[in-house]
This record gives sequence, C-alpha cells and structure tokens, in this order.
Amino acid sequence: MSILVNENSRIICQGLTGNQGSFHTEQCVAYGTNVVAGVTPGRGGEEHLSIPVYNTMREAVDATGADVSMIYVPAPFAADAILEAADSGVDVIVCITEGIPVLDMVKVKTALKDYACRLIGPNCPGIITPGACKIGIMPAFIHQKGRIGVISRSGTLTYEAVYQTTLNGLGQTTCVGIGGDPVRGMDFIDCLELFEADPDTDGIVMVGEIGGTDEEAAAEFIQSNVSKPVVAYIAGVTAPPGKRMGHAGAIIAGGKGTAEDKFRALDAAGAATVRSPAELGSKMLELLT
Amino acid sequence: MALFFANTLTKESKSMNLHEYQSKRLFADYGIPVPAGHAASSADAAVTAAEDIGGDLWVVKAQVHAGGRGKAGGVKLARSTHEVRQFAEDMLGTMLVTHQSGPAGLPVNVVYVEAGSEIERELYLSMLVDREVSKISFIASAAGGMDIEQVAKETPEKIFTVAISPSTGLMGYQARQLAFGLGLNKQQSRQFEDLVSRLYKLYIECDADLIEINPLIVTKAGDVLALDGKISIEDNALFRQKKLAELRDPTQEDEKEREAAEHDLSYVSLDGNIACMVNGAGLAMATMDLIKLHGGDPANFLDVGGGATSERVAEAFKLILSNPRVNAILVNIFGGIVRCDLIAAGIISAVKEMGVSVPVIVRLEGTNVDKGRELLAHSGLDIIAADDLTDAARKAVSAAVKS
Repeated sequence: MSILVNENSRIICQGLTGNQGSFHTEQCVAYGTNVVAGVTPGRGGEEHLSIPVYNTMREAVDATGADVSMIYVPAPFAADAILEAADSGVDVIVCITEGIPVLDMVKVKTALKDYACRLIGPNCPGIITPGACKIGIMPAFIHQKGRIGVISRSGTLTYEAVYQTTLNGLGQTTCVGIGGDPVRGMDFIDCLELFEADPDTDGIVMVGEIGGTDEEAAAEFIQSNVSKPVVAYIAGVTAPPGKRMGHAGAIIAGGKGTAEDKFRALDAAGAATVRSPAELGSKMLELLT
Repeated sequence: MALFFANTLTKESKSMNLHEYQSKRLFADYGIPVPAGHAASSADAAVTAAEDIGGDLWVVKAQVHAGGRGKAGGVKLARSTHEVRQFAEDMLGTMLVTHQSGPAGLPVNVVYVEAGSEIERELYLSMLVDREVSKISFIASAAGGMDIEQVAKETPEKIFTVAISPSTGLMGYQARQLAFGLGLNKQQSRQFEDLVSRLYKLYIECDADLIEINPLIVTKAGDVLALDGKISIEDNALFRQKKLAELRDPTQEDEKEREAAEHDLSYVSLDGNIACMVNGAGLAMATMDLIKLHGGDPANFLDVGGGATSERVAEAFKLILSNPRVNAILVNIFGGIVRCDLIAAGIISAVKEMGVSVPVIVRLEGTNVDKGRELLAHSGLDIIAADDLTDAARKAVSAAVKS
C-alpha cells in the first residue's frame, strides 16, 4: 500500500512539451510511471515522447481515464493549469512549478474547495511511491520500496531524509514534498492522516522549516491522532533575524514560527525530534527495532 | 521576525519594497487620502516643494527602506522653509541607521517634504496574506504610533483582523468591524470604510506583499488620513507589474545579495568563518545548523538552486571568497536535477581559476556521484572529500579551526 498514488495511477503531464516537462516526464516514464497523456494548448493531436498530446485537460481525461495531473506549466499560467486540472476531475494534482504569484494561489486555494481533489505543491519536488510511480523531479535511485512515509516542505532536504531511510534498509511507502510556498495545497496534517491510515506505513519522517505554523499544527494533530512513530527535524535553527519592513508579519505570526518553537511543539506532542538532519534515518531505525 | 527571515531564505514570496513617497503616490492614484507632499533629492528642491505645498508647517522625511525613522532622526518637523532646507541638507547623502536598517544603515538619496498634519488620534492599519488561512487579511489597531508588536504581544485584544475571501472581496461588514474596533465616529467610519476598500483594490491590482499604514491618523478636523505608507510588491508577480518593477531602488538593497540574485543565487552573509555552498534552501539551512551543532560558525547562507550549473558554482565561489573571514568552504550538493559530475567539474575549475587557498570540503550525493567523486579525487587539488552530512560538517569545522 501507499498514499495518494500507486502502480495503478494514470498520469497526465500539463506542460509536457516544454523543456522542464519533457526532461522530467522522460525520467518518470523511465521509472515506470504510467504517463498516459500530455496537455499543451494548441498542440492537441501531436505525439511527444510517444505520449499523445491534447489541447485541454477535459479531452485528455475523457480519452485516457487519467486520475493524476503533474504540472510543469510556467508560473504565469500555473494557477490556470491547476484549476483546469481540478475541473477535469482528476483526484491528485502535483504542481512542480515554482514562482507562482501568491495572490494567484490565494484564489486557487479558495476555488479548490469546490472539488474533492488533492493538490500537492506548488514549488515542490512532487510525490513518489517507490516501485510504483514517480511524479516529480526527485532522483529515483535514492528511493526504495519500504515502510516509512516521508513528508517534507523542502526539496533537497527531502532527498537527504529519504536516502537515509534507504541506506538503513527501512525504505519508503510514499514520499510527499508538500512545497515551501506560503499558500499551498496539502499540509503536514493532511499527509499525517493518510500515513496513519496506511497499513504498510510503520513510521513517519517529517521535515519542516522555519516560518509559518504548519509544524505547530502538525504537532497538535500528532498528539491526538497519530499512533505511529514520528521522527521530525526542523531546518533553520541558526537562521538569524533579517531585515524587514513594517510589523504586520510579526503581528500575524504572533511570535510563533521559529525552529525552536516548532521543535518544542513536536517534542511536547511526543514526536522524536532530531537536532541533526543526519540522524533522521538512524532515529527511525532505533524506534522501529 | 523569524517569519521575515524565513521569507528571505526559503524563497517564499520575496518582495520589492517601495519608498514612502512612491507608496503615497500609489495611495493618491487609488484615491486614498494622504497629506500633500513632494519628493526632493536636493535641499533646493525640498524648499521649492515646501513653497509649493504652502502653509507654515512641514515634515521632512528621509526616504529609506526601513521603519523606525522617527527615532533615528529621519523625520523632522519644520516651521520655516529655512528649517526645511536645513533638515534636507542634514539628511541627504547620509546613512540612516534605524532598528530595522541593519548596523550599516541605508543611504538617504531622497527626502519627502509633506504638509504638517494636526493629529487627533493615531491608528495602525496593515494588510498581508495570512498563510494560516491562505487569505489576504487586514490588521487594525487603535494603538497606532506605538510599538505595535508590543501591543500585539501584551494586549492582543487591541488588535483586530479580518480575512478576505477572494471570491467575495472585502465585504461591508468586515470594513465596519474594523471601523467599530477602531472606535471611529460615523463620519470617520464612512471615510475609513471607503479607504479600506480602495486599499484592497490596490493590494490586488498591484500584487502587493505588504501594505502598512502606521500611523493612519484622524486629524483635528476629523478626517482620516494615511500619514505613513509602506508597500512591498511580490517578486513573483513583477512579470505582470512592469511599471512598479521600475520603482526598484537598488541603493536600498544589500549589494552582495543583489549580485547573487542576478546569478540566480540566494545569499545571506553571516558572522562565522565557514562558508557554505548548498543546493536547495532547506538543505542550506540544515547545513548551517549542522555546522553549528558540531561547534563551528557558518559564514553565510548560499543556495545555488535546483538547477545549479558550473557557471553558477563559479559565481558562488566568487561571492563566498569576497568575505575575508572565510577560512573553510563546505560544499554540500545533493544532486537531483543537477548531475554531480558537472558540479565537480564546476568546483574544480572555480578552485583552479580563483586560486582558492582555504580548505574546500566537498560532500556530493546523487546522480552520477561516483563520476563526480572520481573527478575531485584526481583533480590534484586540495579538496577534502566527505562521505556524508555529519562527516562533512566535522571536517569543515576541524579545517576551519586549523587554518
């Protein structure tokens, strides 16, 4: 088992014919991911990388029965692409694109409430269920089918966590990079809930960062809803305060959001926190043996 | 505070700051009431501005991208054009150091000369995207002009916030909620409600990241007026805000950080002696944390980005080496999209070209890692290879202590 995506997932790539879309889709296909269609407006009817291209998501979904969309559309058009995917009826939308204007995402976030689909990202490495399918830009070889669920706000730091669980033989059920943008789709809690319910996931590795209060919210959730061991690390302990304009950010954050706050909240919730990012894997191994 | 640094480091909604005079021009364009004023870059121009505004009371304000100008001597009340000239001369060409500017301060190239206002009450009003609810929010308080963060901490009941749904926009009841919270009378409420709806329009149409009016005043005559104005525009949206993008003032930005940004690098200088070069903001922060954990001190935050090229690596070395405190360099690359052999080639050519004399510790992992490691091993250069994250941090800390 796994969460969100598996060997039966049928994937459409929005922005397939672009540089990023082409490069990464090729890697995904090489991994065994079932990419059934691409969407590029105006290129419908063509084939690209031996994958049929459609003009719209509706057409692509009608023709292929796809249930997942992977988006590499450039930032100015990405919000539109996300909502087109939602409207086409896919279950999971993975948006890799970085640099989407935050006010576009504010609109998207509200509009998505009308749909049952899940959004992962934007500005994220994507999602992978090792041995089944890879949807995103993560290097395939660091993954191994196994017992751990990985959730992370960061890109390369996710790879670090994943690789450690591979090296110590635990492997992963599914790894989700939820992305670092202030307004995004799934958060830690959404993923924790799914991993808790997944019978094949024995433990959860969670990698957070300074800023926002998602990790604090996750801590509260862990305390009352997660029975599986959680190992957590927060990046940014040494990040000093920077220059800033005005006070609004500090008021709304209410003094929360530092790495120490997040570590404290997670400790209090019973998660096993590690101060070194190099100990994510070994800590999990210790908890499971 | 952490929130703001988080923004700088994690690339979340970086933004471009406007000066007060630019913000007020935008306010005026949107029909938001501001005192009469003109920007001036010479003492003569400041006097002409005062004469044009008329009256017998002016405020001369240093234009820098930082708050706390008043306490730092950057805001002066002038009772004659002679005083206007004096204050403009005193401010122009100096560096203004405020509690938000950093220790070096920021250059004053422009002053803003404004009609003096008779203040009855000082209020606080700001807008930003509240990430917890994923919506634009207004923050208002009757305790304006004071240390508003202190107010928020000690008496949170004096802070009023409303979150705006993008599908309805600002609703009348929300504007009223804020107006009643601020204790405005009927006439002032009407003006205030008009002002917030115009602000909301400005925020959306200009892709603002922050608007702050501190203070928003009620004049002795009973009118509501924006006495200050801070606006930042979100960097990610500048592609569709070409006119606003032209308002960027590079003299207010950190030179090295700007240089870095031109090469798609994200750089923040710190106080330590171990330089870091890492791909990805999260891993870069984690690398800094790890150096600290092993008893060292990071000299900088440097993210070479997901698509690091050998050219970018070379630029990154240049940046790092411009800091004289650096006596060890830790390169930590987890190649996903980037190939380790290309990074290794980049490191080798940069180290050769620049004659790097401090120890370079390299930890490579990811695609083509064996090829990359082999290149480094046979380079004939003094590059210390590290096996993993912990090994890299240990080696960097001990190398920094030795040299």
